[in-house]
Amino acid sequence: MYRIVNKKELNPTVTLMDIEAPLVARAAQPGQFIILRVDENGERIPLTVAGYDREAGTVRIIFQLVGATTVKLGAKEAGEYIQDFAGPLGRPTDLCGLKKVCVVGGGVGCAIALPIAQKLHETGCEVHSVVGFRNRDLVILEDEFRAASTKFTLMTDDGSAGRQGVVTVPLKEAIEAGEGYDEVIAIGPLVMMKFVVATTKPYNIKTVVSMNPIMIDGTGMCGGCRLTVGGKTRFACVDGPDFDGFEVDFDEAMERGGAYRNFERHAYEQTCNLFAKGDSANG
Amino acid sequence: MADMSLEKAPMPSQEPSVRAHNFDEVALGYSEETALGEAARCLNCKNMPCVSGCPVNIHIPAFIEKVREGDFEAAYQIISASSSLPAVCGRVCPQENQCEAKCVRGIKGEPVGIGRLERFVADWHNEHFSGEVTLPRQNGHKVAVVGSGPSGLTCAGDLAKKGYKVTVFEALHTPGGVLVYGIPEFRLPKKIVQKEVDTLKKLGVDVETNVIIGKTLTVDELLEDGYEAVFIGSGAGLPRFMGIPGESLRGVYSANEYLTRSNLMKAYLDGSDTPVMKGGKVAVVGGGNVAMDAARTALRLGAEKVYIVYRRSMEELPARREEVEHAMEEGVEFMLLTSPTKIIGYENAEDRRDPKNGSVIAMECQKMELGEPDERGRRSPVPVEGSEFIMDIDCVIMAIGTSPNPLIKSTTEGLEVNRRGGIVVEEETGATSRCGVWAGGDAVTGAATVILAMGAGKKAAQSIDEYLSGKGSGGTE
Repeated sequence: MYRIVNKKELNPTVTLMDIEAPLVARAAQPGQFIILRVDENGERIPLTVAGYDREAGTVRIIFQLVGATTVKLGAKEAGEYIQDFAGPLGRPTDLCGLKKVCVVGGGVGCAIALPIAQKLHETGCEVHSVVGFRNRDLVILEDEFRAASTKFTLMTDDGSAGRQGVVTVPLKEAIEAGEGYDEVIAIGPLVMMKFVVATTKPYNIKTVVSMNPIMIDGTGMCGGCRLTVGGKTRFACVDGPDFDGFEVDFDEAMERGGAYRNFERHAYEQTCNLFAKGDSANG
Repeated sequence: MADMSLEKAPMPSQEPSVRAHNFDEVALGYSEETALGEAARCLNCKNMPCVSGCPVNIHIPAFIEKVREGDFEAAYQIISASSSLPAVCGRVCPQENQCEAKCVRGIKGEPVGIGRLERFVADWHNEHFSGEVTLPRQNGHKVAVVGSGPSGLTCAGDLAKKGYKVTVFEALHTPGGVLVYGIPEFRLPKKIVQKEVDTLKKLGVDVETNVIIGKTLTVDELLEDGYEAVFIGSGAGLPRFMGIPGESLRGVYSANEYLTRSNLMKAYLDGSDTPVMKGGKVAVVGGGNVAMDAARTALRLGAEKVYIVYRRSMEELPARREEVEHAMEEGVEFMLLTSPTKIIGYENAEDRRDPKNGSVIAMECQKMELGEPDERGRRSPVPVEGSEFIMDIDCVIMAIGTSPNPLIKSTTEGLEVNRRGGIVVEEETGATSRCGVWAGGDAVTGAATVILAMGAGKKAAQSIDEYLSGKGSGGTE
């Protein structure tokens, strides 16, 4: 059992937790993920590491209430326990030698993008951040991003905070204005990452995306997380979760991502009637 | 005088029409009376050919003699001196290729039902034994075992009995490895695996779940943390796919994923949060035991039709005969000399947002014929030109093998692996290219059987014992 040391609701649908898991905290790196199970009947879900405190032995997760499992997890309070917490899994994001990077985050993906921005910032890399949300109520981690970035741009779909529009608009502007990025790192909904890649590809700027598909074991056994990268079958859990965005078949990944949508919706409604009408945001 | 009847006592089983719809164990086990009768068929041969057929060298005639005398606990003690998992082996070992293949009674008639007797003895013990397991005298040496499947549990059990302090590290949340995630409940009830694990714990073995060696901790960290030897039994790894179009469609599973959802995550129970596709027409590609397990699981999950699609003929089908017969009795249809060429998905060109887009609706196959034997002597299948046909299918399960897990080799410097990614070991000892590190089971061989993995765990335990006892007592902390 793993204790929830700290819990904070970042917005109505996104929650932060620090979980006591010293072995995971000791080994975790930005870009890696963990697998957790809330209770005895729970499913195994992957969540990307949003931070860690090696001394306190805690690992930070930030998750959106999108399905039965995350709603169940969100209902737990600090001091309570979750059944299983294993990791770190996947390969860390490769940040070696980068001098100037644009980090693009969308929705809850910003939680994963933040530790990457912070680590780059600490190592003296110039970080430009572009983060996007549906509206101002859903904005998370704004101050933290500002602190880790030389340049920060906030976008919302409805213009209720920052600029109105999608993240690719300021990204394209920056590229055209001559910001020579070594790399763009994009983390967010599949459709956002797909369009970030479509934006950077004409300029041939290396673009790394973080894939977070369906997984069960997370250790290279089940193959549920397979995706097509450069025409080859790859496994997000052991080969990723980061991949070269130019090579990823996003359309296929989006179709696979919907595999259990009906089941999820059903289980979700059973878990929490309050949320039954709320559309699960993916941005 | 031995009972000279030519046939072994049949195994009482659930009726096929009933069992195809439930997850209860298919084989029900011998009664005491049947066991006594079957034991009487053993000739108690002096040269014990059966023992040479057993990868863990159980003293078979000796335990059967105890069964014949009605001393079932004594029989259990004889088995458990050689095997850490008697109730498991009695159920899943391919005895027909091992001990029973060497049985003299098999020359004329059927061999003694050694596997069935082993199962009876183990079940009898689990039901009736109430005594305490005595903790062996500790010798002060610490050993780490990576993976709690058959090789890891065997290695851990053998070392614990010799007084070693053993810690088993398991990546998943439940110990048992393939016995838990792979082999279905109806062949091997999970409570039996749990019982075997509990027995090891009583011998002083610690089991740490949720620790992925190669990620959470590395092999080098284990050696630095005071473990004097490490045994790697991390099992098979990434599932193989055929490389045909459509394998990423929704409704295409690896057998590992499909079985893990059903077995480990209990997707077949109402209370589980883990989904799995139920119902529809299911095609399982492959002909091994895993393919049979997947096909029979699909039936029990409510499939209206289940096919085994295998590219060679019945003669080459690698699954155990018993499993094939069970599958047929339950209604699985075998499409032999058939190989998939393409999986076809639903595509609504008018509505790109149609939620059915990308789901499997059919599979294109072609007929095969058998050509020249390959290097292993198996006749290779050759496609028959123009024989393509289309099957209506909702779910495809690929059961065509796995390749070894990359996590440990990629984080353990100096650990030699072969071309296929299997860890290279000394055949007789299981020792790897790294000093203090042993390996066995599927991590070495690629997908094989439970009992071969157990044999490897046993050999490694012996070699580790020789290595560490040569070092002298490490002193108890």
